[in-house]
Amino acid sequence: MKWTRENLDLIRELTFNHVQLSILPIVLSFVIALPLGWLANRNRVLRSVVITVGSLLYTIPSLPLFVILPLIIGTRVLDATNLVVALTIYGVAIMARSAADALASVDKTTIDASTAVGYSSTARFLRVELPLAGPVLLAGIRVVSVSTIALVSVGVIIGSQNLGYLFQNGKQRGILEEVIVGILISLLLALIFDLVIVLIGRLLMPWNQSDRGGPSKRIAVPGAESQLLAPSPGDT
Amino acid sequence: MTYSPRLGRIGAAVAVLGLASALAACSSDDPTAPSDEVASGETIVVGSFAFPESEILGEIYAQALEAADFDVETKFNIGPRQQTIPALQDGSINLIPEYNGNLLAFYNVDYTERTTEDVDAALVDAVAVDELQVLDSAAAEDKDAYVVTRATAEANGLTAIGDLSALEPFKLGANPQFGELGYGIPGLDSVYGVTDVEFVPIEDFGGPDTVKALVDDSVQVADIYTTSPAIVTDDLVVLEDPESMISSQNVVPLLSDAVYSDELADVLNAISAALTTEDLIALRDRVEGDEKASAATAAEDWLKDNGLL
Amino acid sequence: MELFLSALRWIFDPDHWQSGSISPLPIQDRFLEHLRYTGTSMAIAAVIALPLGFFIGHYGRGRQFVITFTGAMRALPTLGLLYFLLMVFGYWLSFDTAPLVGSTIAFVILAIPSMLAGAYSGLESVDRQTIDAARASGMTEWQILVRVEIPLALPLIVGGVRAAALQVIATVTIASYAGLGGLGRIITSGIGLNDYDRILGGALLVTALALVVDGLFALVQRVTATPGLSEHRPAAPRRTISRSPRPRTPKIA
Repeated sequence: MKWTRENLDLIRELTFNHVQLSILPIVLSFVIALPLGWLANRNRVLRSVVITVGSLLYTIPSLPLFVILPLIIGTRVLDATNLVVALTIYGVAIMARSAADALASVDKTTIDASTAVGYSSTARFLRVELPLAGPVLLAGIRVVSVSTIALVSVGVIIGSQNLGYLFQNGKQRGILEEVIVGILISLLLALIFDLVIVLIGRLLMPWNQSDRGGPSKRIAVPGAESQLLAPSPGDT
Repeated sequence: MTYSPRLGRIGAAVAVLGLASALAACSSDDPTAPSDEVASGETIVVGSFAFPESEILGEIYAQALEAADFDVETKFNIGPRQQTIPALQDGSINLIPEYNGNLLAFYNVDYTERTTEDVDAALVDAVAVDELQVLDSAAAEDKDAYVVTRATAEANGLTAIGDLSALEPFKLGANPQFGELGYGIPGLDSVYGVTDVEFVPIEDFGGPDTVKALVDDSVQVADIYTTSPAIVTDDLVVLEDPESMISSQNVVPLLSDAVYSDELADVLNAISAALTTEDLIALRDRVEGDEKASAATAAEDWLKDNGLL
Repeated sequence: MELFLSALRWIFDPDHWQSGSISPLPIQDRFLEHLRYTGTSMAIAAVIALPLGFFIGHYGRGRQFVITFTGAMRALPTLGLLYFLLMVFGYWLSFDTAPLVGSTIAFVILAIPSMLAGAYSGLESVDRQTIDAARASGMTEWQILVRVEIPLALPLIVGGVRAAALQVIATVTIASYAGLGGLGRIITSGIGLNDYDRILGGALLVTALALVVDGLFALVQRVTATPGLSEHRPAAPRRTISRSPRPRTPKIA
């Protein structure tokens, strides 16, 4: 524990940076993916396009993307923006499909009913479709969150100041404790982010708390169940 | 309709989100804010290579400058020269502790200067193309070296690099750049006529992996820097370089013209005047050896011991 | 754009496919290494994860464990895990073998969650009435598993393996920093030399490999789908979200 005690400041600073670098991509992924998901839901062609492009982006290995991005978007080599943009790309790739599926899963009869009752399409989207798609959207965000936090540390190879430094420095100096601390804090961050997201989900969708049995009970534990199901990237 | 509780819930959610975003936004390190243009007298951004010695030197520069009332930021652990020079070029950093010989090699692959004085003189023009400049170099040197285990040296009578022909074919472990550098694989061939070498790239700049590879006999020769504590602790032999294939490698500050000032030069030149090779070995031993001191602590202690802090 | 063309030219340059070239070339050696590491770890992970997933899925127990476990595993930072295992094994093993053993363990650890989830959810999605009918007609539990559940669940099981394959391929790319070979070595040497041709060339090669593997698995998924049983048809609830769409897996490398 000696190393940890002597380097608390460093740990704190790196963790803070790590958190900062993670929040923005997660939020941006959601904001960008939602309209994309809505688009994909409109017709089969758009859906194919969105999903295929998403799958393609998803398979690009992260390290080269971090390095090449400055050339493409004109940032400086050490800008944190490179990391944020790359992570957002991956987040959108994951989330767009989730959003499309989430909106597709809303019961058609409910949508028809709401139109019949008199909702305009915007109001219907905001007050009916979105809330009903909520749990699945939440599940998608949780995956994006875990993924983003884990990927940030890879950025250390291009000079990003985050928890990944603990891995690299620990290995270079032969300090196993440093590496372990880095892993533990990473896991802790992932857990905290997950709890916060679930909390936000509960605040925004309190109707999922009920103890009804059957399918809705499944949906009441958002993400847990969906995280199980094997994804099928790219299948249309 | 129960609007109030619902609005209350949404409000709470927004508050949580808002807190998160505020956390992201309010800090000195906003990832998306445009970076400040650095003018003379503005923030000094000190960079370093991705190995402990460079971080120690970076800390020394940074702490000394902070004590002299400069505005200092650090971006350590960037990578090899191939990443730090672009960072200097685009202004991401504006000061870095460099090694004069290898720096010159980066700009002029076929450079012939070998002594400290010659290399320093040639550097002035070489780096000027990128609007960079160098200040005084230190006596402290950290050279690449061809290193073997004592057992290998004795078994094959190795004292100088040229003797390696007795060892052919053999494996050589070094950082990836070594395969292309003038004092690396190509130089081994052209200067010493040693050709039957299998190059094993190792990513840690003469660090523990490279040492382990040598000690395990996975490679028979390795590029380990002369200030490495492992040379002593693992009883390794540094092969001599009579043809001066490897030039002097003194520590020298490299900075962009934009941040030069006489005050800055005074601080850095004072450091260079005091820094010796023994200092580097001792510093590395503190940070990489049993003590595992942090680079910042080791740097601070050195500065204090030399009256610079 | 020019960057891509330059990289493509680098990839197809015959010099880069010459045997005996200095590392990280030739390309085919790195390619084969990459496939070898991926294949070995996938096989090991399958031996561990699939039976476990079948067991849990068939008996319906331990679902909370599966959920928590897969979630936690996916949160592991890849680089940290690799370096950790490398350091631990580096203590006992030599320079040549430590990276291989350590990395393989890392790949297996990262592949297990997806395979486990695929196996479990596949079995879970099988219509309860079908299973009841099988049981009623006298099949043993083992027969039910092998003759009924697994065949019906194949697309989802394969889906889990597919996701695992992609993750392993991506992780093997990063493992070159831990001393391993593979296509990642081309990328890291490119980064070390600031050679964009290599960086982009290596990236394109890895992406191409991933897409091909993904495509092959997609094909297998289609082929193994039981005719007459649509993937998206709501099954009678056993423990199933009838309409719940398939979410993504996290990108970890």
